Amino acid sequence: MGIVSPGFFGRRRQGDPALPPGQYLTESFPVLSAGPTPRIAPEEWEFTITTETGQVHRWSWDEFLALKQDDVTQDIHCVTSWSKLGTSWRGVSLDTLFESVESDCEFTMAHSYGGYTTNVPLDDLLGGKAWIAHEFDGEALEPAHGGPARLLVPHLYFWKSAKWVRGLELLRQDEPGFWESNGYHMYGDPWREERYW
Amino acid sequence: MTDYLDGNAAAGPLSEFFAIDVTTARGRCLHCGRTDALATAQLYPNSHGLLLRCPGCTEILLRLVDTGDTVCLDLHGLSFVELHRD
Amino acid sequence: MRTGWRVAEVIGVSQETRTARTLRLRLPGLTGHRAGQHVDVRLTAPDGYTAVRSYSVASALPGDELELTVEELDEGEVSPYLVHGVSVGDQLEVRGPVGGWFVWDPADPSPVQLIAGGSGVVPLMAMIRAHAAADPASPGATAEFRLLYSVRSPDAAYYGAELDELAGSDLLTVTYVYTREAPAGSPVPPGRLDARALSIAVLPVSANPAFFICGATAFVETVADWLVQAGYPADRIKTERYGGMGSTP
Ligand SMILES: Cc1cc2nc3c(=O)[nH]c(=O)nc-3n(C[C@H](O)[C@H](O)[C@H](O)COP(=O)(O)OP(=O)(O)OC[C@H]3O[C@@H](n4cnc5c(N)ncnc54)[C@H](O)[C@@H]3O)c2cc1C
Ligand SMILES: [Zn+2]
Repeated sequence: MGIVSPGFFGRRRQGDPALPPGQYLTESFPVLSAGPTPRIAPEEWEFTITTETGQVHRWSWDEFLALKQDDVTQDIHCVTSWSKLGTSWRGVSLDTLFESVESDCEFTMAHSYGGYTTNVPLDDLLGGKAWIAHEFDGEALEPAHGGPARLLVPHLYFWKSAKWVRGLELLRQDEPGFWESNGYHMYGDPWREERYW
Repeated sequence: MTDYLDGNAAAGPLSEFFAIDVTTARGRCLHCGRTDALATAQLYPNSHGLLLRCPGCTEILLRLVDTGDTVCLDLHGLSFVELHRD
Repeated sequence: MRTGWRVAEVIGVSQETRTARTLRLRLPGLTGHRAGQHVDVRLTAPDGYTAVRSYSVASALPGDELELTVEELDEGEVSPYLVHGVSVGDQLEVRGPVGGWFVWDPADPSPVQLIAGGSGVVPLMAMIRAHAAADPASPGATAEFRLLYSVRSPDAAYYGAELDELAGSDLLTVTYVYTREAPAGSPVPPGRLDARALSIAVLPVSANPAFFICGATAFVETVADWLVQAGYPADRIKTERYGGMGSTP
């Protein structure tokens, strides 16, 4: 450890048992900006699931909104150390989207408008654990937070919840996404502090 | 407005890799071919790592992730870097 | 592991304005630096949490001392600590001075136009000080310097007395733009800088000045765009964006 500055605590608050190790609680919703914010009009937006055989399942914005909608309240944990408890979202469960999808793959890669990618095992997307969310706190999801729609996988570090998501690609083998290929953990469980390789 | 800084502000983190100040080196963008000092690139510092993007096409030129124990540098968006000796 | 972090000692503090403080540091082994460079400062909390921020060097001293001027941001993580929490005798971890791009070179005879928004005046002050202290034989020593300084109000301006004194010489001209509150009796009402006021205050295109613009990202971006639209070549304009500190011209 470097020179300690006695009166310096940073933005951290008191430790909380609801928080994974090394996390601090925030009331705000920090935006981590890795690039220009993509602006996607609903008419242009689509979401796809592509299987190992090349079959593409496709939803337009209207088709996506016509699917069964879930309202969920979840804690989210960012690898940069902030956590936010009890956030409320509206979106479509991945179980709903995968209903008609046939695949033997165990892994997926999420692709976003703007080029971002992140890998998530298929098991972590199914069983009521993940959504494509398009509302936050009762409002349309803002572009800065990933709108029109983002992946929401709250049980993993939040970089797995790809902003501006546009599709999932099914993979036979796990492959690293954007941050995973540069030091970040392939899985990213906040309770086991799987931040880096 | 998107909040980025100048590549110049990456001089500190990059000094852990390079003995000379690499922000004054000219780099060529792999995507659009634009060639300019890295100091003029767009720096996104407050993400999961530090990103330098091309001011011409906004593609990524360089990525740096500091995990505490290691620092990872990914230069795959640069097809060429030119340094001047003083 | 090779890292550039070194321990500096705080050897002086002085209040610059109501919301900003100048810290004088001694960095053993430092032998001067270039005007316009910055340092990275790393703070470590007792639980090991660290935060790193960049600060421009304000001084132009030849030895192992340097000065930073830090503006306190509401809700900021690091700046309130540097403005209120640090005292003489404390140690700080510092990397640098670094950056070879946003620097003034005394070997360059070009006239220089400096444009500052708020705390963006800090590295420009280092250039003004280096210019005033330059070896008279160096080509840049007799170059014309102009500073255009956009600031909230008269009492928010940094380095007031020193700038007044230096502006008394015929090598430096200082123009203030007050965005919220003008000095009593000022003929110009307070207001943001605009393209027209900018074009009147800066050196003409024919002088082919070297520009250094520094301040909040939105300020720097707007001013640089106006200059390019006014016909100044983009490669004569160097910028240092401080990030989103909430203010535009
Ligand atoms: C090359 C360079 C040189 C610089 N030189 C100087 C200089 O000479 N002097 C100077 O004063 N500054 C300088 N800066 C700016 C400086 O680095 C810092 O950005 C500035 O001091 C703010 O840091 P902070 O930790 O106080 O604020 P931060 O914590 O970084 O926050 C910045 C702003 O965002 C808001 N914010 C961000 N996250 C949250 C959150 N989770 N919750 C609530 N609010 C939040 C805060 O309200 C604050 O206003 C320079 C920057 C660069 C890049
Ligand atoms: Zn490019």
